[in-house]
Amino acid sequence: MKRHVSAIIDDEPLEFLCDDGQTLLDVLRDVLHKTGTKEGCGTGDCGACSVQLNGRLVCACLVLAAEAEGARVDTVEGIAAEGELHPLQRRFLEQAALQCGVCTPGFLVAAKALLERNNDPSEEEVRYWLAGNLCRCTGYDKIVRSVLDAAADLRGETA
Amino acid sequence: MRYEVANTVEEAVAILGQAESGLYPLAGGTDLLAQIRSGRVAPDGVVDLKRIPELREIVADDAGYRIGAAVSGAELGEHHDLVADWPGVVEAAELIGSTQIQGRASMGGNLCNASPAADSVPALIAAGALCSIVGPGGRREVAVEDVVTGPGKTCLAPGEIVAHFSLSRPQPRSGDAYLRLIPRSEMDIAVVGVGVGLTLDADGVCIACRVALGAVAPTPLVVPDAAATLVGRSVSGAALDDLATAASAAAQPIDDMRGTREYRVHVTGVLARRAAMIAAERAGS
Repeated sequence: MKRHVSAIIDDEPLEFLCDDGQTLLDVLRDVLHKTGTKEGCGTGDCGACSVQLNGRLVCACLVLAAEAEGARVDTVEGIAAEGELHPLQRRFLEQAALQCGVCTPGFLVAAKALLERNNDPSEEEVRYWLAGNLCRCTGYDKIVRSVLDAAADLRGETA
Repeated sequence: MRYEVANTVEEAVAILGQAESGLYPLAGGTDLLAQIRSGRVAPDGVVDLKRIPELREIVADDAGYRIGAAVSGAELGEHHDLVADWPGVVEAAELIGSTQIQGRASMGGNLCNASPAADSVPALIAAGALCSIVGPGGRREVAVEDVVTGPGKTCLAPGEIVAHFSLSRPQPRSGDAYLRLIPRSEMDIAVVGVGVGLTLDADGVCIACRVALGAVAPTPLVVPDAAATLVGRSVSGAALDDLATAASAAAQPIDDMRGTREYRVHVTGVLARRAAMIAAERAGS
C-alpha cells in the first residue's frame, strides 16, 4: 500500500504517494517530476542530490520520502524566485562554473545554504562547506570564485 | 521495506522488541540507508527514532549534558555551551562526512554502526561519556567504551536502542581534544583517531587523564597506560614522549590500503601527543 505524505516543497504545499522504501530523491524526480535535483552516486558521497530539509543541507538519496511528512523541502527548483535568477545562478553562468551540469544543482543548493548562514565566507570556508559536492569537469576553482562573487552580490558590494 | 515512526522511547522499544521484527532503528540514516541500498543489510523495515524528543534534544543542567542519540553533528556544532565545555567531542562529531552528512548523522548512529574508525567514539570515551540504553528489559547506563564489541557489533540486546549520551560538566581546568589522520583534508575515514581528555591543577600538573584510540583495533580502545604517563606531570617534554610511546604500544592496527601497520602505530603516538597538547591548552585557558 502506498503511503500518503504532505510536505512543503519549494514553498508549495504538496501531497504525494510513495512506497515506504522510496527515497526523497526518487519521489522528487519520479513522482513530483522535479528533475532539477540530480542523482549521482546514490550513497551520500557526491552531493548532486543536495536539498534542504527543514533548513538543513542533506543528501536526498539518504532520506526516505516518508521522513518528509510535515517537513519543508527546498530544492534547486525554488532558488530562482519569481523567475529571476539567484546571484549564485547568475555567477555560475557568467563564470562558466559548470560543464556537463550534473553536479550544478547540488552545488547551488549547498552554496545557498552556506550563504544563508554566512554571507561573507572565506575561500577556505567555501571549500570545506562544499567538500561533499563532487565535480569532475571544472576543477572547482570557477565554482568557488562564483560562490565568493555571489556572496559579495548578496552583501551589496558589487553592481 | 516498511517505514514505522516511533513517537516515544516506549513505542520504539515495543516495535523493535517484537521477536523477529526484522526492523532496524533509523536515526540519521547516513550509514543505514547507504547499506540498505548496497544490499549489505536487508531489513524488513526501519523504525524512525527522530520524532522521539529524548533522542532529538540537548538538555543542559548543573550536572551536565544529556545529548539525544539522534542529534545531528550540525546541531551539536551550534550548541555554544556544549562546544565550550566539550570541544573535543563536538570536533570529532563534526569530522564525520560532508556538510550534507552533518545535517543528519548522529553520535548514536556512529556508535551503533560500530565501525572501528568511528570518529565520535574515541572522543566520547576520552570525555568519560555514558550512554543510556533502553530496551524490553528496561533502561541501563553503560560507559561508551563498553558498547562496541567488534566491527559492526555492539553490546545492545535485540530491541535495545541508545537513547542519549551523558556528559558531566567538566572539572575546572579541564580540556578535551580529538585528532584523526586521513589521507586528505576532508571527506575520508580515519586511518588513526585519538581522543584525549585531561584535568590540570592550579600549577599546570595533570591530575586526571583519559586517552582513547580509534581505527587501530577491532574496537575503539581506552588506554589507561597512556593516560597514566601524564598524571602527576606537566603536559610537556618527557611526559609527552612517554604518552606517545604508550599510545603507540597500545595500537594493534591492520595493514590496508589506507595505511600500513607500522605507519599507523607511529601516527598513533604523534596524534596522542598533539591531542594532549591541545587538550592541555584548552584546560589552561
